[in-house]
This record gives sequence, structure tokens and C-alpha cells, in this order.
Amino acid sequence: MSGGGKLIVSRRRLLGAGAAGAGGLLLSGCDRLNGASGFRALLQQSEGLTMRVQRLAMGDALAREFTEADLSPTFRANGSTRVDDAAYRAHVAGGFAGWALRVDGLVQRPLDLPLAALQALPQRTQITRHDCVEGWSAIGKWQGPQLGEVLRRAGLLPAARFAVFHCADRLEGKPFYESLDLIEAFHPQTILAWRMNDAPLPVAHGAPLRLRAERQLGYKHAKYVMRIELRESLAGLYGGRGGFWEDNRDYAWWAGI
Amino acid sequence: MHGLAEKVNRVVGSQRRGQAMRKRHRGGARKLLSCTAMSDADPPDPAPEPALAPEPAPAPPRGRDLVRRHGLVTRLWHWTNAVTLAVLLMSGLMILNAHPRLYWGHAGANFDPAWLTFAEGADGTAFPGWLTIPSTYSLADARLWHLTFAWVLVLSLALYLVWALLSGHAWRRLVPRLRELSPAHLWHDIAEHARLRFPAGAAALHYNVLQTLAYGGVLFVLLPVMVLTGLGMSPAFDAAWPWIVDLFGGRQSARSLHFLSAMALVAFFVLHIAMVLLAGPVNELRSMLSGWYRLPRERGDGA
Repeated sequence: MSGGGKLIVSRRRLLGAGAAGAGGLLLSGCDRLNGASGFRALLQQSEGLTMRVQRLAMGDALAREFTEADLSPTFRANGSTRVDDAAYRAHVAGGFAGWALRVDGLVQRPLDLPLAALQALPQRTQITRHDCVEGWSAIGKWQGPQLGEVLRRAGLLPAARFAVFHCADRLEGKPFYESLDLIEAFHPQTILAWRMNDAPLPVAHGAPLRLRAERQLGYKHAKYVMRIELRESLAGLYGGRGGFWEDNRDYAWWAGI
Repeated sequence: MHGLAEKVNRVVGSQRRGQAMRKRHRGGARKLLSCTAMSDADPPDPAPEPALAPEPAPAPPRGRDLVRRHGLVTRLWHWTNAVTLAVLLMSGLMILNAHPRLYWGHAGANFDPAWLTFAEGADGTAFPGWLTIPSTYSLADARLWHLTFAWVLVLSLALYLVWALLSGHAWRRLVPRLRELSPAHLWHDIAEHARLRFPAGAAALHYNVLQTLAYGGVLFVLLPVMVLTGLGMSPAFDAAWPWIVDLFGGRQSARSLHFLSAMALVAFFVLHIAMVLLAGPVNELRSMLSGWYRLPRERGDGA
């Protein structure tokens, strides 16, 4: 081979070294980008696009409902599975007899709804698939009043935009909370479930009351709901991003995917 | 304006022709060819065409001729796709770290039988840091990357598919001819590839049937399946378009197929890189960067 051949060989070596170097750069580069606030902000932009497209695609569509035959033999409990708070322990011991759900904030009539009052409201029963952000799914049967019905009874003030769910559990020493906007809050399948698989909601699954928001991933389905606060904005509440996971892990507030 | 462009093109063309001639070992008046059979009907990149204008009817291209192989649209999409798929694979493996078990059907969790379980390594994750984005465990961060680059994949794939179908590129280059699908023809191509005897000279102007099936399979089957199985895991899209989940037989089946088609893409990538290295990495890389490809010399033509 002539000089041209040598050139090609050295180019090949260069390519090989370049590929190995590029691999290393790619990895450390991705980690650096991952930590860069500007790039993260760019990545977070896609959440709004996803929400708008999904809202447009689904309109009022209902989440898929299943039959008794589809129920998961064992429904995995995840996240908080117990609450150490003394007042909560006392409620568990007393079968939640003296417990009441507080509905307040931007409402005309703040409410205190005992479990019996929630059970006396029109009920919705649904067998749905719970999709965890981690990837697993379990099918369960849920019963409770529609959140929309509870909100209508409290009467929203015109400025209300978000329903915030304050919970009894704490993670990493911080109170757990979640939030929905009014579109998901008034969706027919968004219920406050006090019954699961034809039995009172177990503590591991959020007794006495958990949110079911069936078109969202599992981390939105707040357990141990004690208080629902209607707000104009999520800013100014804890980390301001609308939920414990959103504040502390950068989970997306819109959990439709 | 047109005259000036033509003049520039002629100069470029004659320069390239000069280089091509100097590099050739043998003499002869072979021409730099822009082979219409290979060109992608790609208006933004018409550079060398007018250079042929003064030439008499071009002779068919032969080994060692430079031909225009990949149009601008294809090259842009190729590299966008390369980066996007790398990010999606690595962030996807991090997401799988969160629950490294795969199931069939609608539901599946720890108490249900998994058809595939990945053993966790010493650091407690199934996939090591050098394979994932980010390199240390973070489901949330991996989802930020994955769900953003998923948009890049969806939009670039949709644009490329529309372009490929409307421009005729898809039919010309990415769909095999019926006669090529005969068992004898397929077997012949497989045997030739196994012997590392690749098409040369004018025969290398066209994708052979194995290339057509590989590239067409990625573009028309694997990438759309990746997108659809991805959508099939979304609770909101499941409410909007339940037929997607039904198509795959459930959310967990969609998740399993998402992983399997990703592995099929990895297999394509490994084969693709191996073939690029065997066929001549400089020439292949150049053709996907600048569009220009030097036809391999015919066998027995190695004077």
C-alpha cells in the first residue's frame, strides 16, 4: 500500500480512540448536563407539552375499568405504609370514629366530613389499574364519593384552581402532600376511596381515605388524606411544586405518562 | 444568481474530480458521479449536479468512483436519531432499574410471576452506572431525560417518515423488491455477508436486500413499536387511546415489548457498527457526514 493506505490506518486508529473517548465524554457529559440547572429547565419544559397533548387527546375519557376476575391477587403497598403520628395511631385504634376530613381554603363552606358522612354520599365503585412510576401495575377495586361531589358541597370560590391533599404521613421528616388541578379533580373517576377490594381501606393503603386519580401515575394517589385545601396557586406551599415527590425528587407534577 | 451558483458548483465539482483523480492509482477518465439512483431527491443539497452538465452522457459508475449516497435529510435524521436513541436507551435502563422485572398482561408487580428478572448488582441496581443516564440512581432524572427525548424521537421520526414516503425515498431505498425476497436470493446474500464479501462497484450503488430489510425494519417497524409501546404505558394515553394497550395485550405486555424492541434496536446497532467497521469506517462515516461515498472496488480489480 502507498502513503494513502497508512493514512487510512491512522484514521482508523483515530476513529477507534475517538469512539472510546466519546463514550467516556458522553457519560460524564450527561451527568454534567443532568446537574446543570439550565439544561434541567429545558428537560422540564417537555412536561407542559406532554400535559397539553394528553389533555387534548383524552378530553373527558375514562380510564379503563376491569372486572373482578382481573383483580391482582396481592396489591402491593408502596411509599408510606404506616403513620407514626400519635393522633393518627389513636384514630386507627378507634376505628376512625372521631376522625373527619377537613375541606377548606378557597371554598364557600369549609367542611368537616366524618367517615360516615363520606360513606353517605353517592358512591362510585371502580376496578382500575394502578400504574406505579416505577413500572409495575396492580388492579384493585375502589369505592368512595367522587371528589367533585365533595367539592361541590363545599362550594368553590372563583379563584380556586388547585385541590391540595394534606396527608398524615411524613417522608424524610417532611409532611406528604399532593395536588390536582380542577380538571382532574372533577373527573368522574377521581374519588376519595375509603373502601378497597370490598373491605375498609387498610392502613398500608392509606386508611381512612386515599385519593384515586385514575388517569395519573400512582404517586399522585395520596394516601392518609386528612385535609383538602383549595388554592389559587401551588406557589408558596412547601417547595411550591405541588407535591412531596415534585418538591423533593423533581418528579413531574403532571403524571399522565 | 443561478449562473453564479452553477459556476461555484463547477469549481467544487472539478476540485473534487481532481482529488478523486489524484487518489486513484490507475489513470483513466473516470468521472465523479452523482448517481441519481442513489440520491435522495433532496433539494437542499444539489451541489454536484451541474458539474456534470458539460460532460457527455455519464458512464455507469464503477468501483472507486465517488457517488452521492446520503441526502441531507437522511444525514440529519441519522445523527439526530443516533443521539436520541442513545439517550433513550441509557435513561430507559435507569427507569428499568426502579423495577427490574417484566411481566405479560395488564398488571404485574412483586407478588406476580415475572417472565424476566434482572439480578441487582453490588450497588443495588440491575444496570451499572456506565449504561445509564444519570450514572447514579435517579428514577426522576431518568424520566426527565427519557420523556423529553421521547418527544425528539416522535417528532423527528414523524417528519422523516412523511418525507421518506412523499419523496419516494422509502419506496426506492427501504422496501425490498419482490424478487429479492426469494429464498435463493436471501440465502445468497446471507452467505456472501457471512463470508464478508460485500457488494462492490456498481452493485454497491443500491442497498442489498439485507440492508433494505434492516433499515426498513428499524424505520417502519421497530421505531414505531417503540413509540406505541411507550404510549401504551401511559395512564393518560390509555384513557385516550385504549386500542394501543389492547394492541399489545396490556400495559405490562407493552412494557415488556418496549424492552424487547429496545434490545432489537441494540442488536441492530451492534450489527450496524460491525458492518461499518468491516466495510470501511472512513468511507462509511464520510458518506453519512458529507453524503459522498466511494464505491468499493470490484473484486479482482485490485491492480
